[in-house]
Amino acid sequence: MRKVAIVGAGMTKISRHWDKSLQYLFSEALDKALAMTKVGKAEAIFVGNMCAQDLSRQNNLGAIVADYSGHLPASSMRIEAACASAGAAILAGYMAVASGLYDVVVAGGVEKLSDMNTRYVTEALGKASNAEYELFYGASFVSLNALMMKLYMELYGVDRTPFAEFAVLMHKNATVNPYAQLPFEITLDKALSSEFIAEPISLYDCAPIGDGAAVLIMCPLEDASKYADSFVEVAGVASATDTVDLASRDDILLLTSTKIAAEKALNMAKTSPDDIDVVEIHDTFTIMGFVSLESLGLVERGKTPQYVKEGVFEKDGDLPVNPSGGLKASGHPVGATGAYQVAYLTLQLLNAAGKMQVPDPTYGLAQNLAGTASGSYITILKRGR
Amino acid sequence: MHLSVPCYWREVSTRYRLEGVKCESCGKVMYPPRPRCLKCGSSKLSRYKLPETGKVLTYAVLYEAPNGFEFNLPYVIAIVELEDGTKVLSQITDCPPDKVRVGMAVEAVFRKVAVSGDSGIIAYGIKFRPIAP
Amino acid sequence: MKPVKEVGIVGWGSYIPKYRVKIEEIARVWGKRGEWIKDDLLIEEKSVSGLDEDTATMSVEAAKNALKRAKISPSELGAVFVGTESKPYAVKPTSTIVAEAIGATPYVLAADLEFACKAGTEALQCCIGLVGSNMIKYGLAIGADTAQGAPADPLEYSAACGATAFIVGMASSNSVAKLEASVSYVTDTPDFWRRPGKPYPSHAEAFTGDPAYFKHIREAAQTLLSELGLKPSDFDYAVFHQPNGKFPLRVARQLGFTKEQLMAGYLVPWIGNTYAGSSVTGFSAVLDVAKPGQRILLVSYGSGAGSDAFSFIVQDAILEKQPLAPTVKEYIDRKELVDYSLYAKYRGKITLP
Repeated sequence: MRKVAIVGAGMTKISRHWDKSLQYLFSEALDKALAMTKVGKAEAIFVGNMCAQDLSRQNNLGAIVADYSGHLPASSMRIEAACASAGAAILAGYMAVASGLYDVVVAGGVEKLSDMNTRYVTEALGKASNAEYELFYGASFVSLNALMMKLYMELYGVDRTPFAEFAVLMHKNATVNPYAQLPFEITLDKALSSEFIAEPISLYDCAPIGDGAAVLIMCPLEDASKYADSFVEVAGVASATDTVDLASRDDILLLTSTKIAAEKALNMAKTSPDDIDVVEIHDTFTIMGFVSLESLGLVERGKTPQYVKEGVFEKDGDLPVNPSGGLKASGHPVGATGAYQVAYLTLQLLNAAGKMQVPDPTYGLAQNLAGTASGSYITILKRGR
Repeated sequence: MHLSVPCYWREVSTRYRLEGVKCESCGKVMYPPRPRCLKCGSSKLSRYKLPETGKVLTYAVLYEAPNGFEFNLPYVIAIVELEDGTKVLSQITDCPPDKVRVGMAVEAVFRKVAVSGDSGIIAYGIKFRPIAP
Repeated sequence: MKPVKEVGIVGWGSYIPKYRVKIEEIARVWGKRGEWIKDDLLIEEKSVSGLDEDTATMSVEAAKNALKRAKISPSELGAVFVGTESKPYAVKPTSTIVAEAIGATPYVLAADLEFACKAGTEALQCCIGLVGSNMIKYGLAIGADTAQGAPADPLEYSAACGATAFIVGMASSNSVAKLEASVSYVTDTPDFWRRPGKPYPSHAEAFTGDPAYFKHIREAAQTLLSELGLKPSDFDYAVFHQPNGKFPLRVARQLGFTKEQLMAGYLVPWIGNTYAGSSVTGFSAVLDVAKPGQRILLVSYGSGAGSDAFSFIVQDAILEKQPLAPTVKEYIDRKELVDYSLYAKYRGKITLP
């Protein structure tokens, strides 16, 4: 199996792009990624996407993006793993290059959530849960996360404050992120007094609804310098699954799929949690950010509220978390999010993250989740040499 | 209600009567049922009637609803831990949302869950209500 | 009428939703004085089904209560009848939903019956016939309604929600009340009706009194008593259909029954008229307190029109079965008041576009 590198990363701003379709967004991100490289055309494209058939009434996305972005006749397929679609597409891209079948692969994601009214978006996103036993009872995706948050609050005796503090940090980070959907600061007060969507989750606990595309160009590590002046190594990739419905899990606050995938990826990268210098984790909701950090083994169970308060997760802290602003403030165009995470980490490791830059990172870890972590996709990047 | 008629009908007895499956090899109870045991992978599973009483493990009060549930707002989604330890997700009914508590004793009741517009079928299922003291 | 085999009630159970709306609250919306309406109808408040309830869900709970008292397995039921005029589906049986939910499927006869407020007692008659002829071992008869009251119509004050279920089996040491005989008296009398597609019924006001309610109940009751050679004083309890608080008291007087004989089964002031659930829930309330050896008269009335009259003798098994399920009184006492706006929302008078 060959080692794999990322030679280019491109992103569109995350926003309600009324004027751009899925295929235009993907094309824009792809062009940006290619501009960092000497690559001409892609041999294979893996495009992550969750909601195209519901909200854009479009299937066959693989072919459409290859067509519109000028990369026919590349092999091109859509990968779907709910909100981890892009993380899965990156895994697929890794396998394509590592296997030796392809040399230059485009892996990323694109999503448009703004074309239809909220109730349809909620319904489409709800399909990440168990349609027959969770969505059937009117359990919106937000409410499933709210169940976790309530349980966390009861178990560890915390109120909504630490969660709001995390949201405040995410927004602060996003102010210097040119791609972020919500690049403005919020006060703790504003976060705590915002309306409940599914109590205890309030508006400022939730990632916004938006559109975007992010793309990575992957190639064999040994050929990376042929394609670009600088690159990062994909040191570890892994994925694992868990029950889709929350009630069937033994420990509702442990993301078992994250724990297992992280162990595998760290093993593959020959690193430990302590070696990780920066993370982009899946904070669809502040609670998901908390249990992600704990399930990744980066933070002891129940300690996240304390570390948030102590500033451990700031850009200049012991463990910078989501210097991009995370899903909360950078945005969460669901099927593209995993690619944004890896794109941000690529820029970090190339020391090209501008004002988002954390001091001299060597290893970065991205954690992308499907639904309530019924799937986890972990990507560990290492600074290229 | 977003499920097609056959899709809804297939799970009717499981949902109407709170029946899951129990693994004959390792004893694990699963609700919703699966064709293979979550714990040991065995396919030797038998129909298992879940207990109808339990306690609220965690809950959320919804103020925004997926399509078709707007009329019921605000409603409560909860995970109930039944007497035998099996956890089930459903709604809490017959209880004002601000009176729901973690640890509250509840019992299963057969209720209407949703309708498919005004000409489609009516979906029924099991919800939980507080047990009268 | 009497089947060849002696039959009895093996289990009984009811369900009344917890929400109530007061008469004066309804009157407030339509510009009437609450105290006049209450004096006229002798009703204080009526029961209102919640957003997630309908005839099927209420029937299931009543049936499960009856099963608890019957102490039989649901698979032993050979028939499930739901008598109602508020079917969740105009076409598709409610009884199959109930049968599936309680575990009586698949070897069971299931059907929905409609005869306005007496559909529940008809279900009872059908089960008596099927059990008494040895065709089935046990039959489940349910009378249930989420009655539709047209806004501003006089019937809006009384149209209420509730369900009662009986399990009929052979008279034995497991039955709580033996059937002595029954009489059904029916004519074509259009006092109250609903045409297809219309959300609310229509009625002929005062015509629903003497030629309808009073005539049919009196004829059925008097014929039954005469056939059995009984007098009103031979009965410990009498339960009549309760469309309002006054009619049952008046027909009792006309027939020679006392107010005391009515009291155990007289529920309308606190829950309103539960239509097909009305007389049967009154009967259920009597069974909740009756003693072995006592005699009960049950006379229903359904618009259209007709009455079913029954005489039952209470048996020893009733005492150990009374505590096995919630009583009607427990359901009546379990209540939460709603205002007209929530009442209208719960009962489908306001819908989303």
